[in-house]
Amino acid sequence: MDFNDTPEEAAFRAEARTWLSSVAAPRDTRTSFAIGQETGEFEAEFPAQRVWQQKKYDAGFGAIYFPQDVGGRGGTSLQNMTFMQEEARFDVPVTAHFMIVNRGCCSLLMKHGTPEQKALIPATLRSDLIWCQLFSEPAAGSDLAGLRTRAEKDGDDWVVNGQKIWTSNAQMADWGVLIARTDSNVPKHKGLTFFIVDMKSAGIERRPIKQLTGASNFNEVFFNDLRIPDAHRVGAVGEGWRVAVAFLSGERTNIAIKELMPLIGGIVNLARQTEINGRPAIEDGEVRARIASFYIREAGVRFTVQRMLTALSRGETPGPEITIGKYTLANLVQEMTAFALDLQHAAGAVMSPAFAPFDAVFQSEWFGSVIDRLGGGTDEVLKNVVGERILGLPEDIRVDKTMPFNQVGK
Amino acid sequence: MDFDFSDEQKTIRDEARKLLSARCDRHRVRKLLEDKAPYDKELWATVAENGWLGTAIAEDFGGLGLGHVSLCVIAEELGRALAPLPVSSSLYLAAEALVLSGDTTMQQELLPALASGQLIGTLALSEAMLPQHALSRLKTRVVGGQLSGIKLPVPHGQIADFAVVVAHNENGGVGLYHVDLRGPGVETQPLQTIDAAQPQARIVFRDAPARLLSADGERIVPKLLDRASVLIAFEQIGGATAALESACEYAKIRKAFGRQIGSFQAIKHKLADMYTKIEIARSNAFYAAWALEADAPELALAAAAARLAATEAFEFAAKETIQVHGGIGATWEADPHLFYRRARALGSLLDSTPVWRDRLVEELERQFAA
Repeated sequence: MDFNDTPEEAAFRAEARTWLSSVAAPRDTRTSFAIGQETGEFEAEFPAQRVWQQKKYDAGFGAIYFPQDVGGRGGTSLQNMTFMQEEARFDVPVTAHFMIVNRGCCSLLMKHGTPEQKALIPATLRSDLIWCQLFSEPAAGSDLAGLRTRAEKDGDDWVVNGQKIWTSNAQMADWGVLIARTDSNVPKHKGLTFFIVDMKSAGIERRPIKQLTGASNFNEVFFNDLRIPDAHRVGAVGEGWRVAVAFLSGERTNIAIKELMPLIGGIVNLARQTEINGRPAIEDGEVRARIASFYIREAGVRFTVQRMLTALSRGETPGPEITIGKYTLANLVQEMTAFALDLQHAAGAVMSPAFAPFDAVFQSEWFGSVIDRLGGGTDEVLKNVVGERILGLPEDIRVDKTMPFNQVGK
Repeated sequence: MDFDFSDEQKTIRDEARKLLSARCDRHRVRKLLEDKAPYDKELWATVAENGWLGTAIAEDFGGLGLGHVSLCVIAEELGRALAPLPVSSSLYLAAEALVLSGDTTMQQELLPALASGQLIGTLALSEAMLPQHALSRLKTRVVGGQLSGIKLPVPHGQIADFAVVVAHNENGGVGLYHVDLRGPGVETQPLQTIDAAQPQARIVFRDAPARLLSADGERIVPKLLDRASVLIAFEQIGGATAALESACEYAKIRKAFGRQIGSFQAIKHKLADMYTKIEIARSNAFYAAWALEADAPELALAAAAARLAATEAFEFAAKETIQVHGGIGATWEADPHLFYRRARALGSLLDSTPVWRDRLVEELERQFAA
């Protein structure tokens, strides 16, 4: 048990810090603690985020744990974590949001892709290409395997018809990962196949969805006789569910490695600046109790990630405990930001950046926190995963599980 | 960074679990409870023979010198087995207090006997409803080498051979004193407690001979409480994990409405919440274990977080394990009340949740200086 850097780890940290200081200004943690959730302003923020990702990539810090032959650094997950810790000290755009999907697509293609598909990886890691995830449908959210978008073989192509929904970034995506039904005569999990989609293809229509923030970053995506070459199939026909599950578990881990300590520091500072009963709020017992409870969960997830990284660095399979990270952090951000608004008293409901504390960052992260509780598996679905896969509890009754998909609901 | 137990520590864990499942099963724990025995003497002799008590005591003082992370490993197993042993009082409190006091003469005299289990020590700090961190308000006092006042509750006070007593000196400072509990001027009264296996006593001192260990109580006691709270956190996590296992087992066999109750999301999600709290506590406790052994400056923050998370996890696991068991969970015959008792007893042992929360935020305030 040693929490300190080894000499090699310390050398990497120093290298990262030196490079970061040469390209960015230190972050003022008293005033800056945006954590880069999906706030709905993505189109405006994206150009600067892409430039930063490209800069990191070119310096060898943008794809740390990917092998060199696909354009990565050939480093470790631990180095990636170290870089994230150091990056959080600097005033730089947050790239986590779109890179979660981009990295997920790259990991997927490395494992299941053909050489032609793998050729897309370097440009994706550099964020020259942006990807979107065509999974959820109006009638298939938590029950993703109940999706209805059909892909039918026609010569060397697949012809796709159907609709996806809640697709982040589809409006600017170059590529998408798609799961579609290729066989309705077998039970729902067995008739699915995974594809990559060139989003410039004919037969794709995107319609923005106005989100609760008022901005639009989600889309509906309609496929009308979209033709996908069979060369863009990922994995075997009928194996799509397995591929999708692997993809989603990666996404959950990525959400779990957000750096939230700056947000906790922000709340401590905010509580110094506002008052309760004529005293600084930080002296109030309930305020202290809430802050303590935030820290415990934040540190708990952070150190759970360290346990995972240790297992990886020892060449062991990480334990299942990281599953708790995604829903713990998503709920935590929602609670913390709501509490920060409480600390602002009546001004908590003001969104004008000029008048809301810290440019309204708590207000906008409070809206953003809604998304992380849903995307990549809702709290409820993930607790089923913990109950069934980790604790070995029996499955709930699933009436459609073994029935051919075309008989479901009849 | 290497954030896990070593292979050697994992071996210690496996051996400890094997021994305790053979020698300290639930029947044994229950028998001690029903006999109202303050501790399991036979088991104490066995774990002493196996060297467990000397795990973190330096080799120069008759211990094994394996370090505190190894003692954390053993603590988790003791907690999992609900072992009725005075390990916390004798080692996490008394031995740690002796080491922190810096009194090498008394260390030479007492640590080897604590490591061998020949003596049982404890810490006499609490005075009724005063928080343990509220040192300035202690009423016990040492005048001319003689201690007077009342300590309540003193963990394992009725079986301990000696106590490290925290009391005011003649000048109003806070000192640590060694007092022979078998000596003159000591009147010990066993108390009824929530958990009979975590016995407590009321001790009245009337001019009891007290030897000064350190006059630096203001510095030493908070550190002692930090260090002990990390070890207790591992006991709490062990107990919480055992409670979760028992609830899961029951949820798989008990049927209602024609199905195993564990298939209902109301039960499944409750158990998932238990697991979540336990893993949050475990990860915080890992960090605290490192800070404890390394004596890192992060110890105060890490110990408070580990203490709070482990207390919450064990209390939640214990009460919800009863809930999952339904009516049977509220009976004497079923096991869940053993967890319920132990969770509360350990939650009270070292300052309460509000006190630790306050300490945690003090550390955060330091970290995020204005």
